[in-house]
Amino acid sequence: MFKLTFWKKALHNANKYRFLFEQLILRDFRKKYRRAALGVLWSLLSPLLTLFVMKLVFTQFFGRGDGVVHYTIYLFSGLLVYNFYREATQAGMSSLMENNKIISKINVPKYLFILSENVSAMINFLLTLVVYFVFCAVDGIHFSPRMLMLIHPILWLTLMNFGVSLLLASWFVFFRDMKYLYGVFLRLLNYVCAIFYQVDRFPKRYHNLFLLNPVYVVIKYFRLIVIDEKIPSTQYQVLCAGYAIFFLILGCWTYNHYKNEFIYYL
Amino acid sequence: MAVIECKDVGIRYKTGNFRGIGLKEYIMKRATSRYEVNEVWADKHINFALEKGEMLGIIGTNGAGKSTLLKAVTGIMLPAEGSLRTRGSIAAFLELATGFDPEMTIRENTYLRGAMLGYTRAFMLERYDSILEFAGLTEFQDYTFKQLSSGMKSRLAFAIAAQVDPDILILDEVLSVGDGAFRKKSGDKMREILSAGVTGVLVSHSISQIRELCNKVLWIDHGHQITFSDDVELYCDAYEAFLRGGTLPPLQGEDGHAEQVARLAADQRAYKEELAAKGLEDTDRISEMTKEQAVATAIRILQEHQPDALNKQLRSG
Repeated sequence: MFKLTFWKKALHNANKYRFLFEQLILRDFRKKYRRAALGVLWSLLSPLLTLFVMKLVFTQFFGRGDGVVHYTIYLFSGLLVYNFYREATQAGMSSLMENNKIISKINVPKYLFILSENVSAMINFLLTLVVYFVFCAVDGIHFSPRMLMLIHPILWLTLMNFGVSLLLASWFVFFRDMKYLYGVFLRLLNYVCAIFYQVDRFPKRYHNLFLLNPVYVVIKYFRLIVIDEKIPSTQYQVLCAGYAIFFLILGCWTYNHYKNEFIYYL
Repeated sequence: MAVIECKDVGIRYKTGNFRGIGLKEYIMKRATSRYEVNEVWADKHINFALEKGEMLGIIGTNGAGKSTLLKAVTGIMLPAEGSLRTRGSIAAFLELATGFDPEMTIRENTYLRGAMLGYTRAFMLERYDSILEFAGLTEFQDYTFKQLSSGMKSRLAFAIAAQVDPDILILDEVLSVGDGAFRKKSGDKMREILSAGVTGVLVSHSISQIRELCNKVLWIDHGHQITFSDDVELYCDAYEAFLRGGTLPPLQGEDGHAEQVARLAADQRAYKEELAAKGLEDTDRISEMTKEQAVATAIRILQEHQPDALNKQLRSG
């Protein structure tokens, strides 16, 4: 898989299919925002509204925000990362099935459909990230060059999203109820990501269990840098990268192994 | 050096009750051992080679494995055995009108489809106007795709695909599309592409098209190769006689193949002479007739083969 010919072919394909790739991303955006009157603005507004509701619910009704510094940013960090993961993997998962007519009639690399959905999700994420920084400024977060470290988890998360998308898209071709099962899984994931609560509330021996959740690892990375103004330890960096590489390899392997079977199931 | 080389190719197809099921159903079916995957050989031991500029016509009844073979040549499916080599760029015309996005505009769909067919941005910008003009849809470019009639859809699909300058052209029953004027226009365009030295593979139910365009013929029956030959006339005659109820010849290389083919072909020629003596048209050219001629021919065929069905239809109005 990592032979020179593979990369040569990938580079050749990248050039050959660049136009298609752009068109696919354009299509994703057009389809998403055609109906919405506010266009791309909606993609910024939607997480903000969620943020607003969550902040209201958890500070006013449940009192979770007590004693947490920068609770808004705490929430926003969780939502930002979790939403990126959710959007990329959900869209990536259904991309093969949605384009089944094309895949069975025209010879194009099928992973392009998955990749384009992931890139669309990333663009969305980067737009929201800008709003995130605006909120940080308003909330009195201290900006420093340390913030540049965020490139690191963003990169790994993007790679992990693509790996998970490859994996799910492959499964979805075979099992059509994956969409619902994955919906349930995402709901569960939402609750174990410590988006609105703090891990400190649990006994210390459970803290490491949270590190089994790759999305939480990225969320915590964000919080460490932005709120706690700390640089995560080397072990933590390796953990973050490790998850991404693991899922990327698993996704690529699964996709490669089954890609020639898809045609019978689409 | 052959442009397409197909050596002992076998293509498997999977059938069974596994399509469109969920994980829960899969587990249930596995648990009750009712999960069935049947592997069917759509094609077996197919051998042919085409040089540059040659045109192959594939004939065979429905379900013979023609379209599957085309998909393998295109690269959409992989052969399970044998080797299939192609040299140069491939343009495939397979059920063109599918895969468009109904919610997007004609303009957006045109660019997207062009991109999928491997055209570059510069190429599309240059050709966009002429594509729409060719399809006769210039004033509809901001309509959504679902607003078009099915004729318009196939015109657009053809116009985009026909911009190619490929080394290999693959056609599945789409030599010409649409009705009336566009039928002629698309047929002419296709002939123009074909005359530019392209190597082609054509699947068509119109034997007269195969006779006209192809210099090689491949006859497949239920996945088995009856023949690959450059005697197009002989095998087209034999195939037509077979369609009228003749006995299928043994595979090429087996005893009695040449004899049976010759017998069928002679039979077909006699049949044609008989028709000509009666002053009747060759039934195969129905697609090229005027509407009145086509209807008359269709009624004649029905009178000959299905008089009951025809009478029933006439009685019910």
